[in-house]
Amino acid sequence: MAHKLIDLVHISKSFGSNLVLDDMNLYIRENEFLTLLGPSGCGKTTTLRIIGGFETPDKGNVIFDKEDITRLSPNKRQVNTVFQKYALFTHMTIEENIAFGLKIKNKSKTYIHDKIKYALKLVNLEGFEKRMPDSLSGGQQQRIAIARAIVNEPKVLLLDEPLGALDLKLRQDMQYELIRLKNELGITFVYVTHDQEEALTMSDTIVVMNQGYIQQIGSPEDIYNEPENAFVADFIGDSNIFPATMVQDKLVKILDTPFPCVDKGFGENKPVDAVIRPEDVELVEPCTGILDGVVTHLIFKGVHYEMEVLANGFEWLVHSTKMYPVGTKVGIFVDPFNIQIMNKPESEDEEAVVIDE
Amino acid sequence: MNRKLLAFPYIVWAAVFILIPLFMVGYYGLTDKNGNFTMANLASIMTKEHIKALWLSVLLSLISTLICLLLAYPLSMILAQMNVTKTSFIVLIFILPMWMNFLLRTLAWQTLLEKTGVLNSILQFFQLPALEIINTPYAIILGMVYNFLPFMVLPIYNSLIKIDQNVIHAARDLGANSIQTFLKITLPLSAPGIISGITMVFVPALTTFVISNLLGGSKILLIGNVIEQEFTQAGNWHLGSGLSLVLMLFIIFNMVITALFDLEGEGNTL
Amino acid sequence: MIKTLKHLYTALIFIFLYAPIATLLVLSFNASKTRAKWGGFTFKWYRELFGNQVILQALYNTLLIAFLSAAIATLMGTVASFSIHSMKRKSRSLLIGITNIPMLNAEIVTGISLMLLFLTLRAKFGFYTVLLSHITFNIPYVILSVMPKLKQLNPHVYQAALDLGASPFYAFYKVILPDILPGVLSGFLMAFTMSLDDFIITHFTKGPGLDTLSTKIYTEVRKGIRPEMYSLSTLIFISVLLLLFLGNKSSYLSKEKFHEK
Repeated sequence: MAHKLIDLVHISKSFGSNLVLDDMNLYIRENEFLTLLGPSGCGKTTTLRIIGGFETPDKGNVIFDKEDITRLSPNKRQVNTVFQKYALFTHMTIEENIAFGLKIKNKSKTYIHDKIKYALKLVNLEGFEKRMPDSLSGGQQQRIAIARAIVNEPKVLLLDEPLGALDLKLRQDMQYELIRLKNELGITFVYVTHDQEEALTMSDTIVVMNQGYIQQIGSPEDIYNEPENAFVADFIGDSNIFPATMVQDKLVKILDTPFPCVDKGFGENKPVDAVIRPEDVELVEPCTGILDGVVTHLIFKGVHYEMEVLANGFEWLVHSTKMYPVGTKVGIFVDPFNIQIMNKPESEDEEAVVIDE
Repeated sequence: MNRKLLAFPYIVWAAVFILIPLFMVGYYGLTDKNGNFTMANLASIMTKEHIKALWLSVLLSLISTLICLLLAYPLSMILAQMNVTKTSFIVLIFILPMWMNFLLRTLAWQTLLEKTGVLNSILQFFQLPALEIINTPYAIILGMVYNFLPFMVLPIYNSLIKIDQNVIHAARDLGANSIQTFLKITLPLSAPGIISGITMVFVPALTTFVISNLLGGSKILLIGNVIEQEFTQAGNWHLGSGLSLVLMLFIIFNMVITALFDLEGEGNTL
Repeated sequence: MIKTLKHLYTALIFIFLYAPIATLLVLSFNASKTRAKWGGFTFKWYRELFGNQVILQALYNTLLIAFLSAAIATLMGTVASFSIHSMKRKSRSLLIGITNIPMLNAEIVTGISLMLLFLTLRAKFGFYTVLLSHITFNIPYVILSVMPKLKQLNPHVYQAALDLGASPFYAFYKVILPDILPGVLSGFLMAFTMSLDDFIITHFTKGPGLDTLSTKIYTEVRKGIRPEMYSLSTLIFISVLLLLFLGNKSSYLSKEKFHEK
């Protein structure tokens, strides 16, 4: 397994009385596409800015390649950043923008020239050398911001919500572009976003954050299929989250109805949270499922129908390719494998899950 | 009712009170007392006395503009970094002093600068040599800097707070140290503010007759003093207008430069 | 360390800007009639100020001209801005360019150009020539502070009001004006201040019969400024300072209340 390139150790940071990061531990492996995901104010951008050198943590250390860089100024770090809203130099041409970092390092003219050509080719904007940033579209400016960063051959590229200002179609195209770039360059990407779909599409590893704490670290599949707490389950995709009781191993009581499941080791009669994804709720003939309900809402979503089914006083969110009109009596069945059981957080602080793999 | 027609009263006003008066200066400047066309009024700028006054005006106003720029830029940077609200800053530096009459404020410098004045008493206390600059060109420069400094600070400050902090961070991120970042990013991006600050200080400094009158001891004549005397004492409006036309050449030159930079600025924001 | 230097620098500049003001303040309490000497503390000049008809008349003229010129300029400038804003780019730039002339041009040139105009029209120099001149140089300041507010406005708001059946005047009064009001008010304040502080243009357009504070002071420079002038300026300055302070406090309080809701 690739070695740890960046190691954040016991990082705390507050702005005034507002604690943004509380004793955070996180490492980033070489050549990893790691995404910091969370709602605004969760501390993800602050984490990125600490790695970039634009903020100094109040406590803790930033280790880069075994070297402590906590207090190193940004211009001396081997990382480069693609900023929110691009932050291009509007008084310089595209060429001058891309050459900026190389000129500072006193690279030769031919080297710079070749690098510009290479970078523009990489981001599919050949021939844009003499244009001014303001004459470019948002998506093109985004590509230039990336080109400007990667010509410096950083070991890590930091991307701060780089697709936030683009429209949906362009955002999806750029996601594939970024994956391609990452593979061609073979460097580490640290990506900040609040868009769970972006995170699931691109990342090797997702770090879900909330209120200054890391909630879960894992692969996109892990995060989606096995959320560790209600926050993650709720934030990633649509979910039905139930307060439930673990009766015994492999049996959980949801809405006073026993459901067979596959989890064990929670103890007996322990209160837990149960998560069932809407696409995992199967609708069957009444009385043939685990419990019965009535369809109360129906929307056609293109790929599937989204329905709400009232059963035992709970509105179940259901995704299905089969349509049941409003008012239909249906049975609900859930495969034991598709019920995800999570411990209830005992207090606010416990929501923070310290991960040491 | 057409919205565009609402400007009609103002257009008439501007024509009568802005444009026609300027044409009148042109008319008087290019005619003699009998209404015949002449270049004599313009040519009189070349007389020894007038060219000396013009030269001194240009020199003193250039020096004052430079001093204003050097004082204002660091101040604007400091203020742009501070958490002062923009309005309170404008009021403090710009509006509030104006409620104390401009002539009195300038006269107060006499009290401060006089041989036995406040400034020299302080210098004496620290065993420093006394300053004797009252009624010299230095006092006029001081008066100009004092009166026009806010006109330099405001546009520079405005251009500095417009700069996106992430652009500064991007330069640092790409390897520039703080001096390189300042020279390559901050300074060029604040150029429009510097240019308009220079115009805002240079024009009133070049054309003043009050500051030279109050602090120069009426011995030192600037081009503004010459024109003012032609109008209020000699009563030679034709000569005064001719000299004003020469002065306006400088002003127009200045305006064109500003306009060029403004156009560029507009193109950039599109 | 650097922070202290920054504070020191800022403080020095502010001392430079406010030293003359402090000097005048001190002089207003100076028992000696000459500026050069401190003759002890006195309230004499404040008492004599209220008996000095000449100064009080000049003050009255100054305030009346400042108020009238600012009010008329605000009215005309606001309407003009609203209209200019709807124009096409070319005519808009032309009009803005003409508007900027009195601001960019030298005051002495503006002053003599207006003087020549009034001479040609054989106007009687006095209150009205000064008032017209002040309105002229005040309008640009109003337009300058109203235009940005209009630009910030959603262009469809006015159309929406018309669409809902409002007359153009009603739409302007109910929809546009409330949003640009801060700009209109600061334009008025700016114009009032500019008029109050003006000397040069008044000097060329006033004629012999009329004096404002500025022109009165200018004629007194040779024979020596009467100390009542200092006490008057001090009174004006202190009252403006108090007004600002109270205004800040009340706006701060109202903000607090807003947040409590």
